[in-house]
Amino acid sequence: MSTTSTEVQPHGGHGDHEHNPYHQHHFATMEQQFDTSKLGMWLFLVTEILLFGGLFVGFGLMQQRYPREFIEAHEHLKQVISGKLFPLYGAFNTIVLLVSSWTMVMGVNAAQTDQRKKLIRYLVITILLACVFLGVKYVEYEHKFHDGLLPGIFYKHQAEDIIKGTHGYATFFSFYFMMTGLHGIHVLVGIGLLGWLVVRAKRGDFTSAYYTPVDLVGLYWHIVDMIWIYLFPLYYLIS
Amino acid sequence: MEPVLTSGARIGDRPRPRKNYLNETKGIWSWMTTVDHKRIGIMYLVATLTAFLLGGIFALLVRLTLLTPQHKLFGLQVTAETYNRFFTLHGAIMVFLFIIPSIPGSLTNFVLPLMLGAKDVAFPRLNLASFYLWIVGAVMAVASMIIGAVDTGWTFYTPYSTTTSGTVTLMTAAVFVLGFSSIFTGLNFIATVHKLRAPGMGWFDMPLFVWGMYSTAVIQVLATPVLGITLVLLMLERVFQIGIFDSRIGGDPVLFQHFFWFYSHPAVYIMILPGMAIISELIPTFSRKTIFGYRAIAYSSVSLALLSFIVWGHHMFVAGQSQLATVVFSALTFLVAIPSGVKVFNWLTTMYKGNISLETPMLYAISFLMLFAIGGLTGIFLGTLSTDIHLTDTYFVVAHFHYVMMGSTVTAFIGGLHYWWPKMTGRMPSEKWGRVAAVLWFIGFNATFLPQFILGSRGMPRRYYNYLDQFQPLHAFSTVGSWIIGLSLFTTAAYLLASLRKPADAPDNPWGGTTMEWQTSSPPITHNFEDTPVLEHEPYDYRPRTVAH
Repeated sequence: MSTTSTEVQPHGGHGDHEHNPYHQHHFATMEQQFDTSKLGMWLFLVTEILLFGGLFVGFGLMQQRYPREFIEAHEHLKQVISGKLFPLYGAFNTIVLLVSSWTMVMGVNAAQTDQRKKLIRYLVITILLACVFLGVKYVEYEHKFHDGLLPGIFYKHQAEDIIKGTHGYATFFSFYFMMTGLHGIHVLVGIGLLGWLVVRAKRGDFTSAYYTPVDLVGLYWHIVDMIWIYLFPLYYLIS
Repeated sequence: MEPVLTSGARIGDRPRPRKNYLNETKGIWSWMTTVDHKRIGIMYLVATLTAFLLGGIFALLVRLTLLTPQHKLFGLQVTAETYNRFFTLHGAIMVFLFIIPSIPGSLTNFVLPLMLGAKDVAFPRLNLASFYLWIVGAVMAVASMIIGAVDTGWTFYTPYSTTTSGTVTLMTAAVFVLGFSSIFTGLNFIATVHKLRAPGMGWFDMPLFVWGMYSTAVIQVLATPVLGITLVLLMLERVFQIGIFDSRIGGDPVLFQHFFWFYSHPAVYIMILPGMAIISELIPTFSRKTIFGYRAIAYSSVSLALLSFIVWGHHMFVAGQSQLATVVFSALTFLVAIPSGVKVFNWLTTMYKGNISLETPMLYAISFLMLFAIGGLTGIFLGTLSTDIHLTDTYFVVAHFHYVMMGSTVTAFIGGLHYWWPKMTGRMPSEKWGRVAAVLWFIGFNATFLPQFILGSRGMPRRYYNYLDQFQPLHAFSTVGSWIIGLSLFTTAAYLLASLRKPADAPDNPWGGTTMEWQTSSPPITHNFEDTPVLEHEPYDYRPRTVAH
């Protein structure tokens, strides 16, 4: 790894014809640079898990506090959904994200093997799948807005079974919007990052010698997918 | 090639390079866009010391208000609300803008890559981003003071923080941003330690400072996101009343305390571990002796980091936890004493039969040992359930955590600042004034906070703006002590700044240190080392050796 077999120019040495333009001066080798970037990304992903972890713990504790209300709110969520055009928003979106993770992996593989066109194609497909996910999410949200199933003070639902003013129902939807909302923000950021990769890939930045950004965004995209895989049963399956 | 150290040798004979990191490029823009860890360290130093000054002014105002039970300040009546703002701003600034970022951002940023023989930290641009996030957070925090006011205390406890007016939302947003600054710093250090050590440097060849900062960084990365989400929840609770912390809408205020201390107890170790890390450098250097129990100190840093995550409940013994939980948290809290004791005894054993020289950094190191012993021991009292019931929310708690946060961490910080000042600036600070200020610091600190232990054990509650007449002598004593601290710090600021006016006079290794940062010039060149340094001996090796060629 860092065996210092490469002679390091003290001042970065951009004149060296074999020098990779993305090689930063404080790393001895490109391999060391790649390993370090990857470690940094993993650490960042740990912070992401802990960030969501706080919400998962909060959800669990509030569910213990209001077990009946949470189940009723969840049943309601299911009923309203099944009466509409998209019977299984959550399941559909899970599949969409899983497929997008696969296209992302194929993109990383294309970058590693110098297949630029293939890389761009897979990145674009991944972006499209992310947009589908957000589109479905939009329909779902719109629906809840319409029914007044909103967090906190905005909770306006008037149906007999779950009424305003009873603690627990609003809390359930507070968590629903916070967790899916924070996840949605991550999907949006992911779309931005993937778009940036497309621009760079078109410019021909990525080769088998340097594909670090593709790899790192790939890791990020998988964690976004992973978090959804935990959100899905929490809100759509558990009864 | 490199001159090999003999015992206590001082290397200063190498010609000073004309270009160094300070004068290689010029102009404010070259500083604002720099990715050099040394320059970012200097910028962090200036920024956090400015915050220290601001927080210190609020501290002096708090003490001055408490001089008499009439709660007057310069003849004007101080309302309870104003007093609440004073101590909130003092606490919030000192914790979030000074202690947490100071040693990691300034001294560690500067020294850690040098100690590892690296050219920079792993992610230089992220390092700069972390600094600018600090600036954004600081601006938001100061804005929340100017626009309105925050009177919740630095802990933002619910339900008060969800019901009080004022700019609590902006202040918590500021702390959220500062949290990410801290995460980025920690992430950077972990990656740097893992991947950028000099060829041949194994984990147990690293200076103990690096071990301490590595442990700190682990906590920064693992605990801070939880604070982030907690503060987001608090903001949403205030703005949208989502019903998680406010019991009127079905929330649980104690849940906030759990969430908050799940971060903020580890954060206490984010504050103290860097102090311990510095002391592990100062003691062997000024005792001219190999550190005793290298591995024990290294492991104790890591075990403190791990223990920090399972003791948060000791902040909530009277907050409505189950009895079983309080007993378990109390027992776990006692475990903290073990690695802390391991460190102190190893430092003392290092000094035993050492060739001790009492230069300014060492005076601070010895102060640290004494003040940390008091701070640590009183922590045991507070971890004991039966005594804690009596002492909760009294001045005893205030005195305890000031002995640890200020008496230990800030003492170590000032000691470390003197130790690395020649490396950072190329100038030797005045030794005479340094010793005067160090002695004043020790006297002033004890004069301020020892009386508070007595006040607390007699029942003086914390965060009150007035008190019974019988407490006045001790309060007055404490206030006078705060003036001595102020005098010491202004003296320090004066002679440190004065040293910048003279031409560079610091040798490469003024203290005879054995770690790698002393192998480069003072101040270092932009790329840190002329040649990639190679590890020749373990750290803290003071045995006389023959000069090799």
